[in-house]
Amino acid sequence: MTPMLGMPSILPLAVNGLVLEREGRRLLDDVSFTLPRGGVTALIGPNGAGKSLTLRLCHGLIRPEGGSVGWNVGDGRIAGRLRHAMVFQRPVMLRRSVRANLLHALEALSFDRPANRADVALARFGLSDLAARPARLLSGGEQQRLAIARAWALEPELLMLDEPSAHLDPGATRQIEQIISALAAEGMTILMTTHDLGQVRRLAARVLFLHAGRLREDAPVDRFFQAPVSPEARAFLAGDLLW
Amino acid sequence: MQKLLFDVKVSHYIVSMDALGAMQAAIGLVVTFDPQFLQIVGLSLRVTLTAVLLAALIGLPLGAWLALSRFRGRAALIVLINGLMGLPPVVAGLFVFLLLSRSGPLGPLGLLFTPTAMVIAQTVLVLPIVIALTRGTLEELWQEYREHLTSLGLSGWRAVPTLLWDGRFALATGLLAGFGRASAEVGAVLIVGGNIANYTRTMTTTIALETSKGDLPLALGLGLVLMALTLAINAAGYAASRVGARFAG
Repeated sequence: MTPMLGMPSILPLAVNGLVLEREGRRLLDDVSFTLPRGGVTALIGPNGAGKSLTLRLCHGLIRPEGGSVGWNVGDGRIAGRLRHAMVFQRPVMLRRSVRANLLHALEALSFDRPANRADVALARFGLSDLAARPARLLSGGEQQRLAIARAWALEPELLMLDEPSAHLDPGATRQIEQIISALAAEGMTILMTTHDLGQVRRLAARVLFLHAGRLREDAPVDRFFQAPVSPEARAFLAGDLLW
Repeated sequence: MQKLLFDVKVSHYIVSMDALGAMQAAIGLVVTFDPQFLQIVGLSLRVTLTAVLLAALIGLPLGAWLALSRFRGRAALIVLINGLMGLPPVVAGLFVFLLLSRSGPLGPLGLLFTPTAMVIAQTVLVLPIVIALTRGTLEELWQEYREHLTSLGLSGWRAVPTLLWDGRFALATGLLAGFGRASAEVGAVLIVGGNIANYTRTMTTTIALETSKGDLPLALGLGLVLMALTLAINAAGYAASRVGARFAG
């Protein structure tokens, strides 16, 4: 899980001048930041700012028109295996049991002893009792937990989460936040988007604030909330609508 | 005119009297496992099951390819295949007849009027159903799963096993529909099989022949088996969709 000393790491991640265009519109414009090892970084901003797109670009699901996503080692892989994982806003649940969802991911990445690893992940995230249930019959909170367990089982150094508690009730949200804190405490690097400013304060050490496809702020969480530099961030925190 | 109506009534009366006796004789054929009767049922099932198996072997990969690929003319191809689902069996039979007839491209194989010819004709009938259903099912699943599977490095053909497995219940229903279509059709097997006694005579062609000859017991007995088969197929399809709905959430 936690990379041992001396083991190569894909981090820091260097995002440099990302440009993304769709149908003539510039959705991301010159987005640059560096993500070192460890900690929770929150990617925030109003709807349509480009938060999810930034995660997808980092994960390699889409290609930018300009700029680059640079990993410390190779292309984000070590020994041929992707070392960063992503949990989507709406968890993708295969039409199989909870356990089979874990097995599928482990086997796709050719992990040895997948059954063993699946059981460890089930136990780690309190899903053992649900192992045989069809995954799509789980509650929203349970599905999100399974999605995180599935990503965790792939032993990523960097876990990207796209609004992990967007559709969850307060109880499930608290569970997910506890999980994220625990993973960060174990040394996993977290990059997450969220709309919940309270969640940012509770979880993150660093804030990346995106507005209209541009990175307006990159600050430690305390400074971001106390003394935002950009007028957009000030307006966002004040709850003024931004377009 | 008066006389004609009277005749029609009388003949109806006679047929319905016959029908009662015929029904008894038909049930007799079914419960006593009459050898000729069993031979016909056996051949029908063998031909249709083989055709469905072949259609699945060809149609599942083709449907998967069609679901995941993008090329010019794809939409036209999809419309064509959807249209072929309604291909009249006699036309499919005619098409295969022309292929297999002595002067046709596959004539030298000497397959016309054999069970193999019937399998080919029924495969042609079932194939569009399998391709269209696989295409539709997998395309929908791919929309939903695309990002997750790509994230796991499963894109293109590497995604196909996952998609086929997760579409298993819908695909099973499609194969059952294909089986239903093939086992009920008469036109295609009649044209390419020739309805030769003890060789290419299936349930449907026997019913057509024996009814026109007036030998109702055999026709009715086979009709009962066909109806039971249809019921069984529908029950299986219903069960598959119920179990599928459970997994689909």
